[in-house]
Amino acid sequence: MKEIRLHGRGGQGVVKASQIVVKAAVAGKKYGQFIPFFGVERKGSPVFGYLRISDEPIRRKMQVYEPDILMILDDSLVSLPSTYAGLKEGGTVIINSVKTPEELKVPSCAGKVAVVDATGISEELLGRNIPNTAMLGAFAQISGLVDKDVLFQEVEASFGAANREAAQKAYGQAAGLKE
Amino acid sequence: MGKIKVLTGNYSAAEAAALCHPDLIAAYPITPQSSVVEYLAGLVHDGVIDANLVQVESEHSAMSVVQGAAAGGGRVFTATSAQGLALMYEPYFRMSTLRFPMVMALATREMTSPETVWSGQQDAMSVREAGWIQMFCDSNQEIVDMIIQSYMLAEHPEVLLPVNVCYDGFYSSHLTEGVDLPLQEEVDRFLPPPSFHHAVLDPDHPFALDPLTPGPILMKYRKSHLDAMEKALEVIDEVDKKFGDTFGRYYGGAVSQYRTEDADVVIVTIGGMTGTGMDAVDQAREEGIKAGLLKLRFTRPFPAEKIRDALKDKKAFAVIDRSVSFGWSQGPMHMEVKAALADADSRYCHFSAIGGLGGADISIEMMMETIRNLDAHKNEPGERETQWYMVD
Repeated sequence: MKEIRLHGRGGQGVVKASQIVVKAAVAGKKYGQFIPFFGVERKGSPVFGYLRISDEPIRRKMQVYEPDILMILDDSLVSLPSTYAGLKEGGTVIINSVKTPEELKVPSCAGKVAVVDATGISEELLGRNIPNTAMLGAFAQISGLVDKDVLFQEVEASFGAANREAAQKAYGQAAGLKE
Repeated sequence: MGKIKVLTGNYSAAEAAALCHPDLIAAYPITPQSSVVEYLAGLVHDGVIDANLVQVESEHSAMSVVQGAAAGGGRVFTATSAQGLALMYEPYFRMSTLRFPMVMALATREMTSPETVWSGQQDAMSVREAGWIQMFCDSNQEIVDMIIQSYMLAEHPEVLLPVNVCYDGFYSSHLTEGVDLPLQEEVDRFLPPPSFHHAVLDPDHPFALDPLTPGPILMKYRKSHLDAMEKALEVIDEVDKKFGDTFGRYYGGAVSQYRTEDADVVIVTIGGMTGTGMDAVDQAREEGIKAGLLKLRFTRPFPAEKIRDALKDKKAFAVIDRSVSFGWSQGPMHMEVKAALADADSRYCHFSAIGGLGGADISIEMMMETIRNLDAHKNEPGERETQWYMVD
């Protein structure tokens, strides 16, 4: 089982993106689970999400304390101590940013770091800062946990062709950043 | 075999309710239950289900409206949480004592104050003496299956009681996972249309429903209500078997057990903490502790005999409550499990564990602490101090 923790802000689409990953996992005959954790439900406040993908049924319904993968949709959140907390040795960090991993203070235990300008991609292709579908493209490339074509299909089914393009573009960009 | 869909707990409840052909749905939005009825409203609007959807101004009205429809012989559905349930209490009590069958989804939530909208089971536990059948789900699949089963249970001629299908707010209501959603024709074969007639309004045979009732007669009603609860314990098992024979999923009836056969120590769970508890049991087994899990699926009627059987040869147990019993320094289900055992103190090491209030997490590590504590003291019968799953 892989445990993924998402950090974003209300309005960035953490919940919808994670639900698409669960759909892609289930479509690929795996098990997926997503639990959102809201603070106050308003735009801009920090939002957490707990995502699990497994070959076996997922029984636990709890928060993710030691993530295999961290997905950070807003790079201002790296200043919160809770953002990098518990990252597994050799774990993966995917951040929506134009900064360097050093500037983002990615902990040394991280095995893989991908920095993707999901905001730039979404502004270019969608006309606004909704980075979630671009982040899904990066997630598919870096994690290899879900089939990219199934994921793109689910993105298009939920959000239309422009979002599919955003995911595909981020997939291509993240490819160059691996390791 | 149904259709695999990826759904939240709330959508699972709504999809299942829709499959049961409700005649009328009335509800008022309250977090975290709101999307149940939003989703059903969409299905009614799109013509997917042929139900009357009544917009009401409060939960008190929601329960009153479905009560009237049930008095007209209709199959009804609603959903609520916490303060909504509190506002509903007056018609809620009357629903069960009029012996009207219905199913209500309860996305369980902590009661205020302090102000909160997050998870907990205090709402459900606070109304456990209101005459409803109460059961708690662990997975979204169980939510679907239990809404369907609960109509059969509620409308059974020897039961005739409303059922609360409870599932944890957020941790289940907002949890997304794959669900095997039964096909409509399969549900239609399993669940016949409602046919209760004990108090149905009939213009050709008018009568007064619920007139002022003197104590000696009221006592007979109460006795009959309690007898129906006892009968429900049998019907729960019958419905579980019938459902399993049809859909291939058996839940074990009023309780279910995990790795208890040779266990020394048992954790007793309620609702959505159960899956986490199973992972904790597996981890404990790897550490060499003979641990098992007993899940209280139904809390009303209380499955006392099944609990006695499940714990018969065990040495220690802890009941993990996501609510408190004010005045007892422990959780309500721990009190009731003790009451079922009667001689708990002389035979078992046992204690109450309280966690997950107001949306706080119940983790594997917290449950491991409970299991290790039980194992360390398993040969010392008596009640130990309540364990609080505090988060720093």
